[in-house]
Amino acid sequence: MKKVLKNPGVQAFVASIICIILGLLIGYIVLLFINPEGAAESIINVIKNFLTWNRANKKLQQFGNTLAKTMPLLMCSLSILFAYKVGLFNIGAAGQYVAGSCACLYAALAWGWGWLPCMIFALAAGAVLGAIVGFLKSRCNVNEVISGIMLNWISLYLANTILTKVKETASPYTMYIKDVNPSALLPNAGLDKFFNNNQYITIAVPLALIIAIAVYILLSKTKLGYELKATGSNKNAAKYAGMAENRNIILTLIISGALAGLGASMLYLTGYMRWECTQSSVPGMGFNGIAAAFLGGLNPIGAIFSSFFIQHITDGGQYVNTNFYSSQISDLISSVIIYLCGFVLFIKLTMNKMIARSEEKKARAIKSAASQGGDK
Amino acid sequence: MLLLIQYTLIFSSVLVLVALGGCISEHSGVINLGLEGIMVIGALGGALMMRYLGTSNAFIMVLLVMLAAIVFGMLYSSLLGVACINFKADQTLVGTALNLLGTAAATVFVKAINTAANPDDHSSEIEYVRARKMFIVNINGFEFNWFMLVAVIAVIVVAVMLYKTKFGLRLMACGEHPQAADSVGINVYKMRWAGVLISGALGGLGGICYILAGVSLWKFENGVAGFGFLALAVMIFGQWKPYRIALAALLFGLFRALSNTYVGFPALAALNLPGNVYNMMPYIVSLIVLAFTSKTSRAPKAEGIPYDKGSR
Repeated sequence: MKKVLKNPGVQAFVASIICIILGLLIGYIVLLFINPEGAAESIINVIKNFLTWNRANKKLQQFGNTLAKTMPLLMCSLSILFAYKVGLFNIGAAGQYVAGSCACLYAALAWGWGWLPCMIFALAAGAVLGAIVGFLKSRCNVNEVISGIMLNWISLYLANTILTKVKETASPYTMYIKDVNPSALLPNAGLDKFFNNNQYITIAVPLALIIAIAVYILLSKTKLGYELKATGSNKNAAKYAGMAENRNIILTLIISGALAGLGASMLYLTGYMRWECTQSSVPGMGFNGIAAAFLGGLNPIGAIFSSFFIQHITDGGQYVNTNFYSSQISDLISSVIIYLCGFVLFIKLTMNKMIARSEEKKARAIKSAASQGGDK
Repeated sequence: MLLLIQYTLIFSSVLVLVALGGCISEHSGVINLGLEGIMVIGALGGALMMRYLGTSNAFIMVLLVMLAAIVFGMLYSSLLGVACINFKADQTLVGTALNLLGTAAATVFVKAINTAANPDDHSSEIEYVRARKMFIVNINGFEFNWFMLVAVIAVIVVAVMLYKTKFGLRLMACGEHPQAADSVGINVYKMRWAGVLISGALGGLGGICYILAGVSLWKFENGVAGFGFLALAVMIFGQWKPYRIALAALLFGLFRALSNTYVGFPALAALNLPGNVYNMMPYIVSLIVLAFTSKTSRAPKAEGIPYDKGSR
């Protein structure tokens, strides 16, 4: 048992579970505080999400919807954890996601591009935005969090302006891709059959999973990954060892931005959502990505599960009793989880201390038992 | 023109208050990226006070609303203090969490009280038409807001406190070299707590000032639109010095005010640019300004590093 607990992977898992339980508990307390009656039912519905439906078909269909939205979230969390491993907090992922959305929607609706070029265009748009942050960071020493936030807002207003050209005349939403240019919709490749013909399940699902594994390999098994991580832990040491530290910072943010931009195309090119050209806040996907990245213990494989969990409870928010509560309770829970992730280091430290103490006790007990045995 | 000056001054007041908060926190050694969330919670405190306080005495109203914003801001900033000072958590992560939590919590809370008051009301809005009038003195068409005065006082008080008092100098020592400060008997943890709490108070004030600036109805789902981060840009542009922060805030406030008033200028209206261009302006300006000023930045040396008594 103790041997298992000493494993850093297991520790990260335990710490994440603690964060989740505490986060849900705090959410429950908030609901109780608002209205004790129905709080338990609502929090259970948040956790159950699609399982609240009775019919198996409907369950499967809703499961598919959650899964479709998990993929862009996974990409955002990969974007954030990749940069974080290199010592950069890419909060600009939200804006890179917006740039990706804008690029793929405009290319699909105005230029009639197919899905693959649209996707690559979205990736490029995110990468350009990431490059700006990286350039400012490495050449001008601008804090990447602040420049990232500024670019989030700039890209939001820019996207609103650009996408207004392809919006429906009667509503603030962009046109349906399936009406204007069905060739831009991501192919289902037969995957929709597994989810009660849910048309939003596309090749994006396996693609995102493959990218998660690729990021894992890149970070832990390649020379480039090693160099990037070394730059992150000590910029000067990396420079001394002959690594191009400025190039590494820019490269990291380009990759990070590309991941977020590509993630946007995985949602908007399924036709699940349309862009609202009058929206006044940056889409939450990039910010939820922070929660998923840290909850997954900053591990790309862990991020797959944590992204699903975050999306699961975010979707679960719509099943609360709206007579008393609002669906934003799930945003509250995920932000509490991010906050608690700040304590992960402390949780791990405590775990190690407890293990060390009990081992010491055991060693002492054996020793004293041995000396007593000698007396007889 | 008068309108432009009025909006410039009020938005500068918001930026000054919040940027000074960030400045004090950073001088004590803690990067407060959660200012955005603190603003939202401060605004919530003030808005609730305006909603439930039935007084017609302007002085009491102004005083209590400010007080509520300060108290809410300080309480909320203590979440940052606990995590970053006592538990040595990553300051960037916790700050970001506070920003997200601020908007989410305020939305859930306001929606709950709106729904409780009227079961069909699912909005996250608080309205304060009557209360807002008490903050404003009309001088020949120029709407003077008491917060403008508060901002000026805050600049002077913070400047004097940081450079002329024992407390301020000790606070700054904790942000430059906490080990040295500790060695001469300054309690670094206490000083950092003081820095975080003061920044919470100023951030809360800035938050209520922001929602009172131009409107008399606030939708809490929207948060404060990146203003907390604009304030951090102001702080960096102001090189962590109170008077320079005030000047920087005027510049940023002007660009923010343009997006409210550009319609009134024939020259600007004739350009026929989409309104979004003006919305983008403050953010673009701050990026450019940061690109040119960050290289020679005079940031407190130990900011962002959790203080550990045992480390050397």
